[in-house]
Amino acid sequence: MANPSAVCNGHLHHHHHHQKQNNLLKCGLSKKNGITKGMKKNGVSNGTPYKKTFIEHFEQAPMYVAVFTFVGFAVGTIFGYLRDFMRAWGLEKRNIATERAQQKDFVPLYQDFENFYTRNLYLRIRDNWNRPICSVPGPQFDLMERVTDDYNWTFRFTGRTIKNVINMGSYNYLGFAETDVNALKTVTIELEKYGTGVCSTRQEMGTLDKHVELEKLVATFLGVEDAMVFGMGFATNSMNIPALVGKGCLILSDELNHTSLVLGARLSGATIRIFKHNNMQSLEKLLRDAIIYGQPRTHRAWRKIIILVEGIYSMEGSIVRLPEIVSLKNKYKAYLYLDEAHSIGAVGATGRGVVEYFGMSPDDIDVLMGTFTKSFGAAGGYIAGKKGLVDFLRTHSHSAVYATSMCPPVAEQIIRAMKCLMGLDGTTQGLQRVRQLEKNTRYFRRKLHEMGFIIYGNDDSPVVPLLLYMPGKIGAFARRMLERNIGVVVVGFPATPITESRARFCVSAAHTREMLDTVLNALDELGDFLHLKYSRYSKSAHPELYEESRLELED
Amino acid sequence: MTGMDVKNTPSYLYWLFCQFELITCSYLMEPWEKVLFYSFNLAMLGLLLYTAYVCVAFHASSAFQLLCSFLGNPRGNALSVLK
Repeated sequence: MANPSAVCNGHLHHHHHHQKQNNLLKCGLSKKNGITKGMKKNGVSNGTPYKKTFIEHFEQAPMYVAVFTFVGFAVGTIFGYLRDFMRAWGLEKRNIATERAQQKDFVPLYQDFENFYTRNLYLRIRDNWNRPICSVPGPQFDLMERVTDDYNWTFRFTGRTIKNVINMGSYNYLGFAETDVNALKTVTIELEKYGTGVCSTRQEMGTLDKHVELEKLVATFLGVEDAMVFGMGFATNSMNIPALVGKGCLILSDELNHTSLVLGARLSGATIRIFKHNNMQSLEKLLRDAIIYGQPRTHRAWRKIIILVEGIYSMEGSIVRLPEIVSLKNKYKAYLYLDEAHSIGAVGATGRGVVEYFGMSPDDIDVLMGTFTKSFGAAGGYIAGKKGLVDFLRTHSHSAVYATSMCPPVAEQIIRAMKCLMGLDGTTQGLQRVRQLEKNTRYFRRKLHEMGFIIYGNDDSPVVPLLLYMPGKIGAFARRMLERNIGVVVVGFPATPITESRARFCVSAAHTREMLDTVLNALDELGDFLHLKYSRYSKSAHPELYEESRLELED
Repeated sequence: MTGMDVKNTPSYLYWLFCQFELITCSYLMEPWEKVLFYSFNLAMLGLLLYTAYVCVAFHASSAFQLLCSFLGNPRGNALSVLK
């Protein structure tokens, strides 16, 4: 197998060997049967070695790209001010929300920069988001055709549907979002037996035997003592973190955590400190400061220190450095909350998430959380761990007490998907799906690297962000891909830093090689036309990440 | 690379123009905004060229006069100045 890291340290073969030799000499690594072992260069104190290579790319684009991005934003801002001026002075019709005449002496509601951005920049390319689909979000789907007559203020549907658009945006990692009658047989049976609604919360009359069965299955799947399921993935995070931590506790949260984690952390009332994305030195420094100085004014010890991380970060495609975090947490006696929304089912040899990917035991992690939305084609979330933890959540979680429980057909869909993954339905289809996803991910990423695009993230993550940088290219990219019958998700500010807008691809096990090739050819052409191939295989923007990722297997 | 034409053909110039449009976000503008933007750009460009023309012409002529004055002087003086 070609060494995948050759792309990230220079495109000359001899340069790569030279660097590797230097590294081996510097680290004092010994090689045995091609497997490198030894202490990591930037030394986490317990020195847990990674059992396989951990290669992440965060390449920085050439300087002219940043300059052009700012030029684009500057022109957009100037025209934004011009249009706002014209709207304020009545030279142009006002379509936006404005205050009524009776409110003119009140404090103004609509004047911050975020609104400026929405009105003047987001609105011009708004037709690339919120596109309604009218079929199952499998590897291909149907879109409703939508046109605008007044530059994206209003839309109207023409009535036609665009058929068989290749789906590169849905979180359908294992391809369980399917309408095959044979696959959905048990779901149909349960639908006819239970109906659709539960009409109660878990604590009242909403706990069905299906939920008990599902929770036992989730616990077996993950290898933990017990699990609890909730109806909504976002609510799982935001409603359960307040139940676990409160005032006087410390939350150490990754820079790029999802909104649900941030909301849950803020709702809990604990003190929140942010560490740099996937940066273990930053985390260790925060832990040491927390233990040495204690709470802000009283200097008492923190009641609890909890670290919030995700398995795969959906905007970067990076995988958490779990072995190092676990060793840190064991040393400094903190708790770990792992949100595996994107990684459960998508990574790991049998699809059991990042815990299996790193070869660790689920006992190392205190709270395992995940969602069923991404890899299982259903909806909802779970929290798993020790029996004491789950029993506590059953009584104290807001979601358990007040939120409606998961509906039975959805629970059955998760049960059948999990049984398929574990092989309990008698076939090897589950394992085949995991393998297919892995193959597709590697193929897609390798090809994109070869073509010269800048891709972020770990080589094994099925989330592939392709950097676009300039605001003008966001709209052009999405529209032209749709013309070629490929549906992509593009992301800009405020979900990403303002200069790093990107297109995010989600590879699925249901994608065939032909579909991926179609997408790759379209990307090749579009990359030439829009001049998106910025990669120079140069040193990345995060030097410590780059250095640590240089332990490679010799082929 | 596929799709890239030989330089100095009309399609290459069109491609360059497309890049300009994308970088400066004029791809996203409504037609009247584009007219405004391009006319402003062309006006600035014209001003720049005129300034360059005036400046360079003046500078070149004054430099030429200086050179002529050097060559007109006795040889010793000229050598010491030229060194």
